[in-house]
Amino acid sequence: MTDLTKLTIAEARDKLAARDFTATELTESYLGAIESGNEALNAYIAVTGDIAREQAKASDAKIAAGEARPLEGIPLGIKDLYATKGVHTQACSHILDGFKPEYESTVTQNLFDDGAVMLGKLNMDEFAMGSSNETSFYGDVVNPWRRNGTETALVPGGSSGGSASAVAAHLCAAATASDTGGSIRQPAALTGTVGIKPTYGRCSRWGMVAFASSLDQAGPIGRTVRDNAILLKSMASVDAKDTTSVDAPVPNYEDFIGKSIKGMKIGIPKEYHMDGIPEEIEALWQQGIAWLKEAGAEIVEISLPHTKYALPAYYIVAPAEASSNLARYDGVRYGLRVPGNDIVEMYENTRAAGFGDEVKRRVMIGTYVLSAGYYDAYYLKAQKVRTLIKQDFDNAWADGVDAILTPTTPDAAFAPGEITDPVTMYMNDVFTVTANMAGVPGMSIPAGLNKDGLPLGLQLIGKPFDEGTLFQVGEVIEQAAGRFEPSANWWSK
Amino acid sequence: MTLLVDTRTPDPKKFIKGATGDWEIVIGMEVHAQVTSEAKLFSGASTSFGSDPNNNVSLVDAAMPGMLPVINEECVRQAIKTGLGLKAEINLKSVFDRKNYFYPDLPQGYQISQFKQPIVGEGIIHLDMKSGEQVEVGVERLHLEQDAGKSLHDQHPTMSFVDLNRSGVALMEIVSKPDIRCADEAKAYLTKLRTILRYLGTCDGNMDQGSMRADVNVSVRKPGGEFGTRCEIKNVNSIRFVGQAIEYEARRQIGILEDGGEIDQETRLFDSVKGETRSMRSKEEAHDYRYFPDPDLLPLEFTQALVDEMAADLPELPDEKKARYIKDFGLTPYDADILVAERVSCDFFEEVAKGRDAKLAANWVINDTFGRLNKEGLDVTSSPISSEQLGKIIDLIKAGTISGKIAKDLFEIVWTEGGDPAQIVEDRGMKQVTDLGAIEGIVDEILANNTDKAEQAKEKPGMLGWFVGQVMKASKGKANPQAVSDMLKAKIGLE
Repeated sequence: MTDLTKLTIAEARDKLAARDFTATELTESYLGAIESGNEALNAYIAVTGDIAREQAKASDAKIAAGEARPLEGIPLGIKDLYATKGVHTQACSHILDGFKPEYESTVTQNLFDDGAVMLGKLNMDEFAMGSSNETSFYGDVVNPWRRNGTETALVPGGSSGGSASAVAAHLCAAATASDTGGSIRQPAALTGTVGIKPTYGRCSRWGMVAFASSLDQAGPIGRTVRDNAILLKSMASVDAKDTTSVDAPVPNYEDFIGKSIKGMKIGIPKEYHMDGIPEEIEALWQQGIAWLKEAGAEIVEISLPHTKYALPAYYIVAPAEASSNLARYDGVRYGLRVPGNDIVEMYENTRAAGFGDEVKRRVMIGTYVLSAGYYDAYYLKAQKVRTLIKQDFDNAWADGVDAILTPTTPDAAFAPGEITDPVTMYMNDVFTVTANMAGVPGMSIPAGLNKDGLPLGLQLIGKPFDEGTLFQVGEVIEQAAGRFEPSANWWSK
Repeated sequence: MTLLVDTRTPDPKKFIKGATGDWEIVIGMEVHAQVTSEAKLFSGASTSFGSDPNNNVSLVDAAMPGMLPVINEECVRQAIKTGLGLKAEINLKSVFDRKNYFYPDLPQGYQISQFKQPIVGEGIIHLDMKSGEQVEVGVERLHLEQDAGKSLHDQHPTMSFVDLNRSGVALMEIVSKPDIRCADEAKAYLTKLRTILRYLGTCDGNMDQGSMRADVNVSVRKPGGEFGTRCEIKNVNSIRFVGQAIEYEARRQIGILEDGGEIDQETRLFDSVKGETRSMRSKEEAHDYRYFPDPDLLPLEFTQALVDEMAADLPELPDEKKARYIKDFGLTPYDADILVAERVSCDFFEEVAKGRDAKLAANWVINDTFGRLNKEGLDVTSSPISSEQLGKIIDLIKAGTISGKIAKDLFEIVWTEGGDPAQIVEDRGMKQVTDLGAIEGIVDEILANNTDKAEQAKEKPGMLGWFVGQVMKASKGKANPQAVSDMLKAKIGLE
């Protein structure tokens, strides 16, 4: 039998329906891949083999009965910030030690209702705070990609580093991820995978451990644009339990795949040509423009004048919300508790031991910018910037732009420990945060390799609730660029 | 925050005498009123009082990871209703903010409240003081917020326990302007506010169960002078204690000022056992709550049409009811006040008065029924005599079937034994005698036995009353006094 883990979701779905193999066989293939490859990559922090086998068995029964659902028998990895009933859910933080919720997040429930199989929980930056997956309590995740001719470990990006690494290394068919400032798109770009952050409100946040409530969105990372379309269709829903989720129809995103983009207007924002960005990134962007032009799209230069304020404003808004969202981890009701002589000391001991440095840094930044006397200068001003960023995009749409093409990241994957300055690390989000600040969808598609043979991604930004166009245009890039796989499987035992 | 404006004229009757002269108290109140609703403000958990600890707790109330608040529309409607009852401005758009602080019974680490944009803006409460003075107290705002849980410090030698049953229960914080000038006004304000809330059915007003609590801001000044530095007395849980706390606190502040000291702006607690206030935390120790709009909740928006619809359905409120009683029923303001104080009282009254002489009904309700209830420590809802029974007694008086005196006896029988008043009158022969033949015999006999007095009565018509009394006595109260009087006049030869 061929290696089933090589298949895309679309391929696996068709072959399962054709009874070429069973869901159980597919799941076993992945469990085997995890068994042999996860030690080197550290992508999974909990493997749920029993649940996976049981779900696969149920899927086989459904298929046999001719009642296959859209994701029947498709094995997925789940980012650790999704609450999964009775299963490790800690957002890879020490402070949630031993926490196993009694509830299932809306997004994972949607996936399971459509027949998906859960292989396990995926590593991530602690509370989704990071761009390299170096802040996880469960250790660094390793990128399956290496620079040509070297064995130096590289980061997979973050915060959905476990998701990206597992997808790139075929340790799952696809994975759930989440994106607050680029946490889906940046790791997708650094691992040669496809990831989409949908419109804010497209997926329910209920049951996702919160980082920054007004920016967090669920989304998939997969190996193809089509796989992303299939997954998002299942993940998206309006939810009475999340009043920020939006009641807009969820189209069949797969229908957009293969549609011509002839006559579409693609915006190229001039402010995204930034100083200090490697020439390779610039060249990749030009390549992307050429592909879309060839496919019949009209390329227009646009201006998003407030882009330069997006990153600093993001690093005010996100920590502010995080400082409040993380207040509940106080050692009183669940997770870690480090005793003290009184309640205040217990809080201090618990939070000192339970949070890592990056989380503490952001809680402190957030507390500071919300403090009396600083609120107006920081938080309020950042919110105003946010409104202006949103207006920039609205103006582009009003000018008839259908989607915007930019690079996803300023550079390719780097080595752990290579970036120690937090602000340099935050620069990884420079092209991605704007979409979060404006609430619009953004997708990263692998588009080429750098001089070291590492993948680079292009980003498409779309109108609110117009993810369909991103799949349509994204697939054109995918077709032109081809798919990218690490040159050798070095991680399997 | 609006500017502090002094709306009152200093009134020497309310001044406090100090060693250096007169002082005036300035009081503002923040009342926390628990919204009457089945479920909590942002979760479906029950709000029932007296459940076992941690029985009314949802995943949201316990702030489990990934849980999100969803506004309970019933609580929103109750807040709008209350705003309308306070004749206040209703804000069609308001915003929920997070008030951040750490406490074990605050699971989220923040309270969801409304800071800059409350659901209800400025309103007014009218007070009718016993002196007859009319006082208007401005309402600054009303906002919705979550209650916290409860920490229990006496269950374990070294640990505290936490009960989250109250965590997330909806509260309305109703903030007054600093328009109150003495303890009596403060008590009247709380009483009136509670009456309005109970009329509206938006808060049960049960202070002993914690459904209503008051934070009292007290400062003192030379009459008519600049506002002084205030102290906030937290969580006072009875109207009587509010009065005591103000009296104590005002004297404490005057003492400090007269000794040349300064008032520290601080939060204080009222010790009801010692009858004193004491410092809880100073301004320096005050929390920085780091308010910011809750990103989990969209701004709260509703239409003017909803507000109009609710305004049309609003029950008649105490002020309007009182005015109507005075105008339509000719009641005195004093009687009207007694009736409107509680919705159950005026409901009882209105059932009795329906289709009857309202003034007579008011007398029987206030003097006989409420007087008796008070004496026996009962409230209207547990009255041994129903509004229907009382109404029938009044009908019997009006029909001339019984006299007012007999009616008192009848009331006593119904109160203690129950039963249908008309039947009791029938069975026990209590009917008033209006048969002139029967009365004439008695009248003649009395006149015959008192010829001298009858002669005197011709000169002194005031003596007629004595004769009426004699006849009534002889008839065992059953004679119709009017008929007796008419007959006596004719026989004696008065007009």
